[in-house]
Amino acid sequence: MTDTAVPARLEWRVATVVHVRDETAHAKTLILDVPQWPGHRAGQHVDVRLIAEDGYEAQRSYSIASPPEEGTVALTVERIESGEVSPYLCDVLREGDGVELRGPIGGYFVWNVSYGGPLLLVGGGSGIVPLMAMLRHYARAEPDVRERVEIRLIYSVRAAADVIYMKEVDALARSTGVRIELTFTRAAPEGWQGYHRRIDRAMLEEVSWPASARQHAYVCGPTPFVESVATLLVELGHDPARVRTERFG
Amino acid sequence: MAEKPFIARGFHARRPAAPAGRLPPGQYETRDFPVLSAGPTPRTPLADWDFRVLGSSDDRAARWTWDELHALPRETPTVDIHCVTKWSKFDTAWEGVSVDTLLGDARLGDIAGHAFVVAFCDGGYTTNLPLADVTGGKAWVAFGYDGAPLPPEHGGPARLLVPHLYFWKSAKWVRGLRLLARDEPGFWEQLGYHNRGDPWREQRYQGDL
Repeated sequence: MTDTAVPARLEWRVATVVHVRDETAHAKTLILDVPQWPGHRAGQHVDVRLIAEDGYEAQRSYSIASPPEEGTVALTVERIESGEVSPYLCDVLREGDGVELRGPIGGYFVWNVSYGGPLLLVGGGSGIVPLMAMLRHYARAEPDVRERVEIRLIYSVRAAADVIYMKEVDALARSTGVRIELTFTRAAPEGWQGYHRRIDRAMLEEVSWPASARQHAYVCGPTPFVESVATLLVELGHDPARVRTERFG
Repeated sequence: MAEKPFIARGFHARRPAAPAGRLPPGQYETRDFPVLSAGPTPRTPLADWDFRVLGSSDDRAARWTWDELHALPRETPTVDIHCVTKWSKFDTAWEGVSVDTLLGDARLGDIAGHAFVVAFCDGGYTTNLPLADVTGGKAWVAFGYDGAPLPPEHGGPARLLVPHLYFWKSAKWVRGLRLLARDEPGFWEQLGYHNRGDPWREQRYQGDL
């Protein structure tokens, strides 16, 4: 393949915060209006840049939570107490403020309904964010397209207070038939009938398709979580080339 | 192009400044060693492991087993590393064989005609580099980190180490280098990342100068 086109630079753009939504005690969603946003694919991320009065600069990457079909860009940011960008985004930034970003970035941890299924999504903590963009994208597909693509999600959180997007995920499960399995690694809610442990081999065997179904798996979360889940999927016979991962730190 | 920077209202530095000249633009220093990979961590038994240097045609190939690689002269570079995801880590201590040593040992004869290399890896990852970026004491095949064998999640048994470029060029689970007359973009280089990736020029993505 010859490619003589000069690729366009990903320009820094000043987005406007049009809405801030509390997701949990530690996570907020920023709805951003980005001028000349070129569009994105579900699973991609942006770089956010903060410049202080004295010229000090900090950049971090955040996954996009909104589907390509929406005109605005949603970032769900978990506050890292020792961090320097997430506390600003969660505690200082208000509706009407500007924030600098560029993107979309990343062309591998992406999914589109045209890729087909079956699709296994495995998220740990705020690792749900790029997977949510995929689910929201799926929910907007035509019913006959959805019928051909089955999705299952395993979402691992410490406790009920850490669950991001729960109402929407529940509603999505009812309206689209996506199978959602929540697992609590610490405290489960009273009367909880579902999984109450870290994701293990047995859980993946129960929820994922057999290796012969050639599922696409997307795994996102903290490094030890992703290492463990991706290794287990390979041990269960799934093709490593169909296991895509995104690790947080 | 000296546009006025957009000041983030109410934002102040929360970190102590890094030593002058050590942190490329847009990077922050971490004491951890974060892990970033696009897929599962491959695990190849050392008995099956080898490292190859291939010319454009496969008949000109050099091959080292794990033991043969370890019999070559070793170096112990201590270097700063810079990941495109913004973290930098200072004074990382490695053990490995210089790519100069491997290319010299390979005696391919026709290296002069090849200005580029592609590193290939277990798991299918590739990354492309100008030959000049992996020669002249700038690159190693590293199998030791911090006095111990390189852990699998950090690219063990062996990874490329090219610390003057963003760390995606330091291919994990590396199994060889293919010499090329013409540049061929690797995995991330085909997916929107910069072809060369110099952190001091902040060459993160395609189109960055």
